[in-house]
This record gives sequence, C-alpha cells and structure tokens, in this order.
Amino acid sequence: MEGTLNVVGYGIAALGPGLGVALIFAAWITATARQPESAGITRPMLFMGFALVEVLALFGLVLAFALS
Amino acid sequence: MTDSAKVLAADGHFPPGIDSFDFRDWFSGLSGTALANVFTTITFAVWLTVAILIIFFLWAYRKPQIVPTKRQWIAESAYGFIRNSVSIDLLGKQAGVRFAPYLATLFFFILVMNFWAIVPGIQISPNAHIAFPITMGIISWLVYNYVGVKKHGFIGYLKVTCIPPGSPAFILPLLIPLEFLQNVLLRPVTLALRLFANMFAGHLILLVFILGGFELLNSGNIFIQGMSVFSFALGIAMSLFELIVIVLQAYVFTLLTGMYIQGSLAGEH
Repeated sequence: MEGTLNVVGYGIAALGPGLGVALIFAAWITATARQPESAGITRPMLFMGFALVEVLALFGLVLAFALS
Repeated sequence: MTDSAKVLAADGHFPPGIDSFDFRDWFSGLSGTALANVFTTITFAVWLTVAILIIFFLWAYRKPQIVPTKRQWIAESAYGFIRNSVSIDLLGKQAGVRFAPYLATLFFFILVMNFWAIVPGIQISPNAHIAFPITMGIISWLVYNYVGVKKHGFIGYLKVTCIPPGSPAFILPLLIPLEFLQNVLLRPVTLALRLFANMFAGHLILLVFILGGFELLNSGNIFIQGMSVFSFALGIAMSLFELIVIVLQAYVFTLLTGMYIQGSLAGEH
C-alpha cells in the first residue's frame, strides 16, 4: 500500500464540519417549515453559519496538502 | 482542457496534486526573467474579469433612461440585489447605500473570477491561487478596521471588537485575547482561506474525474475503457455542482465583509 495518512486525517477532520453543516440546514428547514415567512430573514444567517462551519473542513483540506 | 491538464494527461500522471496548479508562461522565452509568470492563463483570466466587468457596466449604463432598457435592467437588478438584500439589510439605509459600491464590486469580481473554474478552455479560477483571495481579504480587513477606528477612535474600536457586551469581569482576561485574535487577526485569513480552499478543492475534484477518465481510456482493457464514460459524466455533474459553489462563495465573501463592517459600525454597548 502506498499513499499518505493525511488523507485519512482529512477524512476524520471532515466528520465534525459535516455534522455541523447538517445541523445548520436541518435547523433552517425546521424553522422555515414552522414559519415560512421567516425564510428571508434567516437565510443570511444560514449562509453565514454554513460558511463558518464549512471553513473548518477546508482548513483540514489545506493542512492535508500543506503538511505533506 | 487546461494546458496543465494536457501535460498531466500526456504524462499519465494521474493523481493530481499541487503541481497541477502551476501554469507555464505563454511565451517560454520569458521564464527565468523578471517577467516570468506575468503572461499565464491565470493572469489572463484576471485581466479578462476586470475587462468584462468594466465594459459590461459601462455599456449597460451608457445612456441611462428613466424607464430602463433591457441591458440597463439587468445591470440595475444585479447591483440592486447586493445593495438591497446584503448591504442595506445588514448596515441600514444610510451606511448600506454608502458601502453598496464596495460590496457589489467585491461580489461581481469574485463571481466572475470563480466562474473561470468551469469555463471550457480556461477551467481554472485565479482564486485557486492564494494570492488573489488574500489580497481581497486584506482590502476588506483595511476597510472594516478603518471604518471602525474612524467611528469609535482607536481605543474605543478595540473596546467594541474585543469586549463582547454583557460579559462578566472575571472572564475578560481569557476573552479579550481570544476576541482580539479572532476579530482582528484571523478574519482576513479565514475570509481568504475559505474562498481559496473552495476553488482549490473544486479544481482538484474536476481534475480527478476528468484525468481519471483519460487514465481509464489509456488502459488496455476494453471494459475498463468503457468505464471512463461514468468518470466523464461525473466530471460534468461536478462542473454543475461547482456552479453552486461559485455563486455561494461569492455571496458568502460579500456577506461576511458586510457583517464585519456592521460589527465595526455597531454602537457602544
């Protein structure tokens, strides 16, 4: 076998952000289902929360390349 | 296909790596001189982006009319989207109109820069090199810090950014360094890294599927060659997925810059 452990590390690092993004979208869908007219108000928050969590996964990706 | 992709496909160097992002000079005589890396696909895409934006908006606004013509309507609704749904929503009527030109410029520049990632013939976003996102991150950093310092004064601005309202006194020694690190030092880095890493990962995924298709085609076995169809199909599907990421990242960059300006402008608590 050949390859680098960084890939395995990135896989583990992506678990947390994956769950986080899922929770954010689930919360937004729940909120929108209960209060459809609030969708416009919460959409910027959705994207900001998504971006803030997603960047953690991307840090993992960058580090997987940077540390090789 | 990009020229790096051609080189890779010819070499049979399948797993694409960081070297897939190195673009050769268009004029090979320039390599090694001071003008190295001045005429590449990357710089070409950047200049083309600037040209497209300037020419489009000048052309759309050449003879503005009260009842908008079709091209004027396109430009106005594109600008109005950022102005109303990002700038004014976040910053309020007065400051929103004031910062709308910066945010709109940022949005359209990043949007078109990102869009090169899926344009056939170029297929690399300049934002996949850290230099361009970090420059935009630093400009945004200068803008929101300048605005904050101008409004609150230097000490007052540090107080607004570093002390969250309502925090008890005993936790402040821990909170102030953390907030300073996060709000003043790390914001441009995360802003730039988010855009960069998205474009970097997008390009890498496209390379994996498209070069993987060529790799399968190059194998001797007819059944394995047939499988390359699926690889190319996924390459096309991922290009469409990239389109979502492109628009989303341009929007997120603009939105976060707007939020940082909003934080700087917020009154004392």
